[in-house]
Amino acid sequence: MSKTIEGLYYSQSHEWVKAEGNIALIGITDYAQEALGSIVYVDMPQEDDTVDVEQDFGAVESVKAASDLISPVSGTVREVNTALEDSPALLNTAPYENWIIKVEMSDPSQLDNLMSAADYAAYCETL
Amino acid sequence: MEQPLSRTCLYYSHVTLGAKMEPFAGFSMPIQYQGIIEEHQAVRTKAGMFDVSHMGEIFVSGPDAEKYVNHIFTNDVTDMPEGKVLYGMMLHQDGGVVDDLLVYRLFGGKGFLLVVNASNISKDFSWACSRAEGYDVLVEDLSEDWAEVALQGPEAENVMLQVMGLDVKDLVFYTFTELKWNGYPLIVSRTGYTGEDGFEIYGSPEAVCHVWKTLLEAGVQPCGLGCRDTLRFEAGLPLYGHELSDSISPVEAGLGMFVKTDKGDFCGRNAVVKQKTEGVKRKVVGIELKDKAIPRAGYPVLAGGEPVGTVTTGYRSISTGKSLCMAIVPAGYAALGTELEVEIRHKRFPGTVCKKRFYQTSYKK
Repeated sequence: MSKTIEGLYYSQSHEWVKAEGNIALIGITDYAQEALGSIVYVDMPQEDDTVDVEQDFGAVESVKAASDLISPVSGTVREVNTALEDSPALLNTAPYENWIIKVEMSDPSQLDNLMSAADYAAYCETL
Repeated sequence: MEQPLSRTCLYYSHVTLGAKMEPFAGFSMPIQYQGIIEEHQAVRTKAGMFDVSHMGEIFVSGPDAEKYVNHIFTNDVTDMPEGKVLYGMMLHQDGGVVDDLLVYRLFGGKGFLLVVNASNISKDFSWACSRAEGYDVLVEDLSEDWAEVALQGPEAENVMLQVMGLDVKDLVFYTFTELKWNGYPLIVSRTGYTGEDGFEIYGSPEAVCHVWKTLLEAGVQPCGLGCRDTLRFEAGLPLYGHELSDSISPVEAGLGMFVKTDKGDFCGRNAVVKQKTEGVKRKVVGIELKDKAIPRAGYPVLAGGEPVGTVTTGYRSISTGKSLCMAIVPAGYAALGTELEVEIRHKRFPGTVCKKRFYQTSYKK
């Protein structure tokens, strides 16, 4: 069974969000990295790009396929995890320790639409 | 209702090994076991084995077998010696490809074995039967009675000797032998789809299960269809449905040398002669991107900002680390060194036309 971390928010498209004030750290879940297999490339936005809730902001790519990254919140990209440019496999080895982007949220109430760790674990069970 | 997926004789071994299974050509097939990268490297550096029992085996026998195979197959089987293997295609009238295949000339005057793509077995068989009128031949689809394992990699010859006790060092590239192993009749050819030296081993499902188990117990890496595709791609080998199809001809794919227009008439000959003399409008090329972004099948190829072609297969190449693809483009953009762009998620990435053989193959000739 894939791991979840208490205190994070989870989306149906398998992104996690860690809220630090009005900054959202966004990554992909253990379930997602397991399903993808070896990640060889992360297509990320640039600082100051805007992201919209439920819209794609990039992609994670395994050897076989590209999978869109869907933003769980709206806002402005404040930081991009450049370590992933050379070491995309960090998302496989430690998915919850490696955020992909930090977003300054324009509407933090969007977090309420996301799942808790327990709800997300139950959701994964149904897939 | 959807057809239930077929299983090869090795299905339970795959599941026991924890393979990721996915539907492919109507079969439930292993995509990967340990991981595509590890399996790819095993084949490039040591040896790996693939369950390719889903491939189709069509047998042609009878007095007119040679004449008939020459009629449906693009390569020339006239006076082809027994024990020889040839690659080629079956063509539609317009030069589009019904399928690409290997033809084996069996020993003892038994005729020919046609090894075809799993996804095309029933199409190929009915097409081949529809072309048999006037020929005294028996055409049989025995795909369900035959299974196949491919053992590929620089150590394959040694594994055959040490693990299976089969001395096949004198078997040259694109030839085969028929032998008995532990009482099982096997066909062993020095062929493959990885760009490495290696063998394809055909036998009954029971025989192939035994071969697979023996190799597995000796520690040979089982490899899934995931790395089968990354390996053949790097070696510049086409995959039906991508670089060859009903609408992509062998001449467009750069495989005209496997179409022997001088051997007499055969299905699709006129279209190929026309394409070879007049030239083709499109060609399959290799493209190397400058960036790390990964081109995928179906992505648009642009020249001067305008869409002109389509990616047919693309990867971050495991052996070279480069972002590479094969693509079909207008012939005017096919020259080596031509600057093109690939559109990836609404962004454009520059690349250069290069040879399709991205990786130096090491066949044993």
